[in-house]
This record gives sequence, structure tokens and C-alpha cells, in this order.
Amino acid sequence: MHELSIAISIVDTVIKQAEAASANHVSEVNLDIGLYSGIEFQSLEFSLGVAAKDTILEKTAFRINRVEPVAECPSCHHLYTPDRVFSHCPECNKPGIRLIRGTELQIKSLLVEQNE
Amino acid sequence: MCETCGCGQGSIPVKITRPGEPEANEHHHEPHSHGHHHDHDHSHDHDHPHDHDHSHDHDHSHDHDHSRQRLIRVEEDILSKNNLLASRNSGYFEAKGVVALNLMSSPGSGKTTLLELTIKALEGKRPVAVIEGDQQTLNDAERIDQAGAPVVQVNTGNGCHLDAEMIRLAVDKLELQERSVLFIENVGNLVCPSLFELGEKHRVVIISVTEGEDKPLKYPTMFEHADTCIINKTDLLPYVDFDTELVRKYALSVNPHLRIMELSAKTGDGMEPWIQWILDLKP
Repeated sequence: MHELSIAISIVDTVIKQAEAASANHVSEVNLDIGLYSGIEFQSLEFSLGVAAKDTILEKTAFRINRVEPVAECPSCHHLYTPDRVFSHCPECNKPGIRLIRGTELQIKSLLVEQNE
Repeated sequence: MCETCGCGQGSIPVKITRPGEPEANEHHHEPHSHGHHHDHDHSHDHDHPHDHDHSHDHDHSHDHDHSRQRLIRVEEDILSKNNLLASRNSGYFEAKGVVALNLMSSPGSGKTTLLELTIKALEGKRPVAVIEGDQQTLNDAERIDQAGAPVVQVNTGNGCHLDAEMIRLAVDKLELQERSVLFIENVGNLVCPSLFELGEKHRVVIISVTEGEDKPLKYPTMFEHADTCIINKTDLLPYVDFDTELVRKYALSVNPHLRIMELSAKTGDGMEPWIQWILDLKP
């Protein structure tokens, strides 16, 4: 359900940016969402539809780029793709994990239409 | 929608997560694209200088047909507003010498009972205050009030977690004493609250022996983001199949730095290390 708060936050930020750019339509919103960001993708997509309803983003396409995780071992600094949030380092086998990618929750860009 | 806590449709209270602001970003990004497109306009004008008045009209209709597309770079973290507010809360707590603890668990793990006992144990030793988070009712706040601590209840309506703005509003109603410990009892939910910083110094996750040992593996984000884990209801250990060593192993595999304490908030067994830890907390 936190996906709804996240969706509302996305819609709010995008509307503000679109107004600042005097855009009359936002055709696309590009989001980077990490696979380990704690977001349920289906729920986010659903929530975006709810949050965008009756706003200028009602017809906007929300494109979600799923960011694959990359972990760094805190002990030997080996970089690897973890298969779980709590994997051991495949190199030195120590537990503990520092995610350097995969926890993104970011609005990357908007594609807007403007008249002048 | 949220299969974990069963909370329903679009809800009004969640809207208070809407703060205002990040002007900085807008300023930062506008010049790029604006500049670029203005250049295009100029070249159009150059093509038509002979036509005088007419050319203006042409320009207009041209623009309308082709409303131009433009990419705006935002690169803004979606949680940045909450995190900004959380930092503000945290600065306020620091200035007042207050330590805030964010208590999170599934519903029914015994958070409120643990708080009642903790409040009694801290009486006369360190001032405490409590923020209670629940979807509905004042039940928990009434229990805490009975236990003798100043308390504010946040009812999130359909919301499944507390956020930094709710904490700010709740703190406004609490007269926090210097050097007090502020317990924030989050909405019972092992998923959503882990993403929202509130300005707390420590995150405490509570599980009880009537739950499965594999909770840390099933909900790793919560255990990964916590620094302290309480295993509650140890008085029931003789009656349930719960392997304390196994849950410790699972919890530490998710987060090797987790501080784990076992206790029974009902009988008071094992409370001393928890109370001592709280008494030793520095803002």
C-alpha cells in the first residue's frame, strides 16, 4: 500500500515540473525503480492509475525502468549481482551486502508537449 | 492493493504525505531545455522576415499543429520529500536531546504491551513520550495514557505506515521534554513502514515466538533496515514450536549487525538489557 503514497508523490512532483515548464500535456514519465527498492511493481502501476485520475496526467504513459541490483561485498569489495537481498559474497563467502544499485526510486524525466 | 495489511482504496489521509517544495530542482533544470527551444523559434522567424504581419499568423498555426515535444530531466528521488522531512524531525530531536525509536512489527507481536512495561520500568529514570500509529481507534493511546506517558495517536485511515509529516504533526502536540525517549509505534505491518524514515535514531523490529522463524527471510527489507530486533513472548516458548536459535540465524543472515534481545513483555523476563540499552541511548 505504500505504493499509493509513492504514486501520489510521483504525480505531485510531475505536475509541479510540468507546470514550471508551461507544458499542456505530459505524454511520458520515465521512472527508475530498483528491483530491491521495496516496491511491488504491479501495485505501483495500479496506484499510478489511481493517483493520476482527474489530473493532467490521466492519459500519461508511465514507463518504469526496472533497475537490476548490483552489490558490493563490504569485506572484499567484490562487485556482483545478488540473487537475494541477503546473499553472501560469491567471492569471499562472507555475509553482508551493500547494494550500490537496485534500490532506486527516481523520476528520471518527463516528455512534455508545449505550445508557444 | 496492499496484500500485507489489507488496506483499501485511494485514501484521503495518505495525501498528507504531500509536502511542497524542491524549487532548487526546477531552477536547475529549466535553462537547458528552454534555451534550446528558443533557438528553434528564432530560426523560424528568420525564414519569414519578408511576409511581415502574415508571417506571424503562420507561425501561430504552425505551432499549434506541431505542439512540440520536449524532454525534461527531473532525476528526483521519489522519497526525497519524506527524507527531507525526516531529517528535519531528526534535527529537531537532536536539538532537544530527544532520542526517537521507530518500533515496527506485524500486528499482534506485543508492541503496545512492551511499551506499557517499558514506560513503567523507565519511570523516574528517563522521561518518555509516545506516538501511536494505527489505522483506526484510540485504543493504544488510551493504554499508553494509563501507563502514564504523554501520547499522541496518529490514525492513518487507510494508510499502512507512518511518514515523516505525520510525525512532525504529532510532535507539535507533544511537549517533548529534554533528554526524553520518544517511542514511535508504527502501524502493524512488516513491509511498508520500512521504506519511510521518520527521523528516528534507531529502528526496532519486534517479532514474537508465535510467528514463524522465517519472518526475517520472508520480510528481509524490514530486518535489513532495522538495527535492533526484539523476540517477544518468550514466556510462550514451552508451548510453541519456535526455534530461537534459528530465528537469530535467519535475522543475522539478512542483517549481520542486528542487535537481538529476547524478552517477555508479559512476565517481564529479559527486560533488563532492553531497559539498560534505552537508558544508555545518547541523542
